[in-house]
Order: sequence, then structure tokens, then C-alpha cells
Amino acid sequence: MNELFVLAEHRKGQIRDITFEMLTKGRELAEKTNSDLTAVLLGKEVKEHAKTLSEHAKKVLLIEDAKMENFNSEAYHKVLSNLINEHKPLLTMIGHTSFGVDLAPSLAAALKLPLATDCIELEFEGETFFITRQMYGGKVNVKATVRKAESYIVTIRQAAFAAQKPAINGQIIEKPSPLTKGITEKRFIEYILPPPSGVDITAADVLVGIGRGIKDENNMPAVEELAKSLGGVLACSRPIVDKGWLPSGRQVGSSGKTVKPKLYIAFGISGAFQHVLGMKNSDLIIAVNKDPNAPIFNFADYGIVEDLFKIVPSLKGKIYELKGQKA
Amino acid sequence: MDIIVCVKHVPETAEADIKIDASGKAIEKIGLVFDINEWDDYALEEAVRIKEKLGGTVTAITVGSEDADITLRKCLARGADKAVRLTDAKFDGSDGYAVAKILHSALKVLPFDLILTGALAGDDGYTMVGPILAELLGILHATMVKKIELGDGVAKVNRELEGGLEEIVEVKLPAVLTVQTGINEPRYVSILGIRKAMKKEIKVLGLADTGLSEKDVGEAGSWIKIEKMFVPPVEKQAEFIKGTPEEVATKIAEIIKSRGLI
Repeated sequence: MNELFVLAEHRKGQIRDITFEMLTKGRELAEKTNSDLTAVLLGKEVKEHAKTLSEHAKKVLLIEDAKMENFNSEAYHKVLSNLINEHKPLLTMIGHTSFGVDLAPSLAAALKLPLATDCIELEFEGETFFITRQMYGGKVNVKATVRKAESYIVTIRQAAFAAQKPAINGQIIEKPSPLTKGITEKRFIEYILPPPSGVDITAADVLVGIGRGIKDENNMPAVEELAKSLGGVLACSRPIVDKGWLPSGRQVGSSGKTVKPKLYIAFGISGAFQHVLGMKNSDLIIAVNKDPNAPIFNFADYGIVEDLFKIVPSLKGKIYELKGQKA
Repeated sequence: MDIIVCVKHVPETAEADIKIDASGKAIEKIGLVFDINEWDDYALEEAVRIKEKLGGTVTAITVGSEDADITLRKCLARGADKAVRLTDAKFDGSDGYAVAKILHSALKVLPFDLILTGALAGDDGYTMVGPILAELLGILHATMVKKIELGDGVAKVNRELEGGLEEIVEVKLPAVLTVQTGINEPRYVSILGIRKAMKKEIKVLGLADTGLSEKDVGEAGSWIKIEKMFVPPVEKQAEFIKGTPEEVATKIAEIIKSRGLI
């Protein structure tokens, strides 16, 4: 019987969503490849998590060690290497998260097992393992084959699979920690919370998001004025924060905030998945972008293929008109 | 402190119209503007800032064609002291794993205290070269780095996690740190700087210089082989509003009003 591993990701006492998304895909693949699905749980005092995971997988492999209280790729690497060598799973699924990208590549290189990163689809067809992933910021997909091996490692993109809740009563198998020595090379020190921001974009009914297409900091006030005319606030995608034009508290996306306003207008945002993850559940999405193939149009309700600098002043005028005010 | 920065010459595609080429496995490169990978740009800037503070050297290294000299010249103009280009027709088709092996072969003989590179490349997005390189060199790594503080034999770094959270991690040096965008503000290059950089030598190495065999590199040495490239399937296509900016604005305003938001 084959085995499939899903490495459970948890942080600050919470199992992260990616874990359940991978377990959902894992159950489907387990059925297709006649395998058992095993959730691998590493941490300190995480028995509650083991119980939760046992409702999602046939087996839960639990290893507790104070050295794994917080994610540490050095400790995880050692423990997971042991488990993979021992169990030889057909596949090990790890989240394509900050946690996963710090662990999977060096683990794969050390074990000499092929790794496919940031996968959005996985298929075993006979002896061939196919993966689908995106390139060029999500503008194209590629289907690729992974070099043939007994055991594969993949990292899975967040929200690529929708998590489902099955009715499973899995078995929890506790194993002793193989970490006999201290973890000395890499040391977790502390978490740093994001700085408090004056504006809470998650509480706004209307958000006007700006991206790379805004070109220049001097172009921002016009868009901010438009946002204000709608009683909304300015939000942005990553490049704007990277340039220091807006504080990090205004960033929408996987590394920023998740928002669900009544209206989200995206100006000059291409719609890379990291941004979309943070705003796709908005009630109404209107996107303005010069590139007709921008991925944002696959998530928006309404799309306008036009230079944002032509739309912003006209739209502001119309809104003031409807409000009976002068622009 | 001697720092190596691994860079990649990539097409700028964020705002470009992309077409899939006749092979069906790659994009049409004609008409695209190539430049240093955005993440590597921040890594280079960080390296130069460390050098300016602590002394030492910065060496930029890349795996790519002759065209990558544009990116290497930019690195030299921005403060790198040396540049190395690994070029061989046999390297074509290399994934992140094969690229890490090629870089490793060159770095085995270069002295360094620290290696910096981008967390990922904007073209293939593998997010793997840095940590694999570290593993091959037998040194530590930290990925998605937003801040670097160098101490006595250690680097204290802030790693970006999800949702605005960061973690502080300490790693022993030498190490590979992969840099996230926004860690600094990359400087502009002066015309004088570019002129000076044109005179600097770019060392070129091929497969024969690496000690690797043909099966270690290119498609043969890779984990991933692209079979098919296609436009992402659309789950929900936006309804496009057409017309003059005035007409479009009128329609948007009406839609917003119909939702009770005006």
C-alpha cells in the first residue's frame, strides 16, 4: 500500500487553512493511487491538533518535541527526512507558504527527491506524475512532468484546492522525536506583529486598490480623492508598499490583509494570485487595466480595458454628479 | 565581508502582453524587455549596502545567455565588484534544481561569507534556487527575508510570514539568504556608473569549467519538464464595459449606485 504525506502547518496554536486544502486533495489522490493518507504533525503540545487532523486523514503521525514549538526548518528538515526515509511515501505535500518554501527545497535536495513547487494541480497517470503550476505572475499555466522517482515532494499553492470536511475517524500514531541533539544552527527568536495602521482596510465598505499601473506616487492623490468620494479608502497591491508609497497596513493579499468590502475597484492591478487571495470574496469587483489579458479580469465582475488615468477623473466627476456635489 | 549575489536576467511581464510561442512550451520573447529579476534587484542592493557598511566585496553571478550581461553590467554599475556568467547551450531547459547545481559548481571555488539572492524569480517562480544552493554547499539558509542584521558569525533576519506577520530567526554564517521585495529601496544607476561598468570584465564559464556532466544540467538534470503551456482557464470572466472614458464612467457609476453605494 502506498502512503501519501501531508505536512500539517500550524502557527500560534492554529492549524492553517492550507493543511485542510492539502488534506482534501490528498484524499482524492489517495483514492486514485490506492494509498493511505497520513497527516504528519510536528510540534510541541499539539495533541488537540492531532485529534482535529484525525477527522481528515486515515492516519496522523504525531511527533512532539519542545524544539519544534515554532516552525524551524532545521528541526523540521531532520524529523521529516527520517519519516520520509522510513515510510517512503509516494508523495509528500507541503504548503507553498513562507513555512514550506523554507523547508521543501533543501529537504528535496538533501533526500535527492524531485520537488515541484507552487503546484495548483497534481495528477498521477500510470507511471507519470504531472503537475500544473503558473508562470509569469499567473499569466500562463504550465503542465509539467516530474522526473520519475519512488517518492515525490510538492509544495501546494494556498487556496488552490477548496477544503472539505469528510467523516473520517483516523488513527493517531505517536512517535518519539528523533532530535537527540539541540537545534543550534538556526534559532527562532520571536514573532513581529504588523505595525498598527491608522486605517483599517478590513473594516471599509469601499476599497479602491492601486497597483503597479499607478506608475508614480504623484498619481495617487487623484485616486485617493475618488476613494473618498465613495466614502472609501485607498488600498494597494504589494509593489506600492515595496516602494514605500503606502504603509503595509494598506496591502491586500496573502502577505497583507484579507478584505471583503461591498465594493473593490482595482486600478492598474494585474491580479497576481497573492493579491487576488486577499480580495476575491469582495461583493462587487470592478477592475481597470490596460492589459486585456490581466488575470484580474478573471476575478472581477466588471472589467474595463483602458488607461486608468482616463477613467479616474471621469468616474470621480460622475460620482459627484450623482451625489449632487461639485467635483 | 565577501558577498555573492545570484541574479537572473528575466523578461518584464507584469504589464506586458504575453503570447505563447510555436513550441507551446514557452512564451514569445520577442518584443519583451529583459532586466534583472525584481527580487534579485533587492538582493543586490542589500549586498551593496552591507559592503558599504562593513567593507569586503560583492560578486554578481548568473546562469544565462550572453544577453544576461545587461543584468550583470547593471549589478557592476550599482556597486558589485566582480561578475560571473555561466553560459552553455547545455544549460538550456534547466529548472531551479539544475540552476542551483550550476551555481554551486562555480561557488565551490569562490570565497564568500554570505550569499544573497531573490526569494523567487518573476518568470518561473520556482522559489527554490537559494535553499537548494545552501543544501549543496552544506550551509544554512533563510528565505523570504525582509531585514538583515549581521552579528558575530550570525545573521539575525526577519522572515516574512503571511498576513503581515514576520518572524525573527538567527542563522549561523556562512548562509544563503533569499530576499523578499521591499527590503530596501534599490538605488538608481548614474550614467557615469554604467560607463565605468562597461569597462569591467565579466568572467564567463561553460559546462567544461563547472565539473558537471551533461546529465546534471539542462532538462536532463532537472526535476521538472514543461510539457505544455496554456492560458489559465477562466472560472469567472468579467463583463467588459466598453466605450469612451465618459461612457464607461457613467456605466460604472450607475452600477455602484444600483448597489446603494452612492
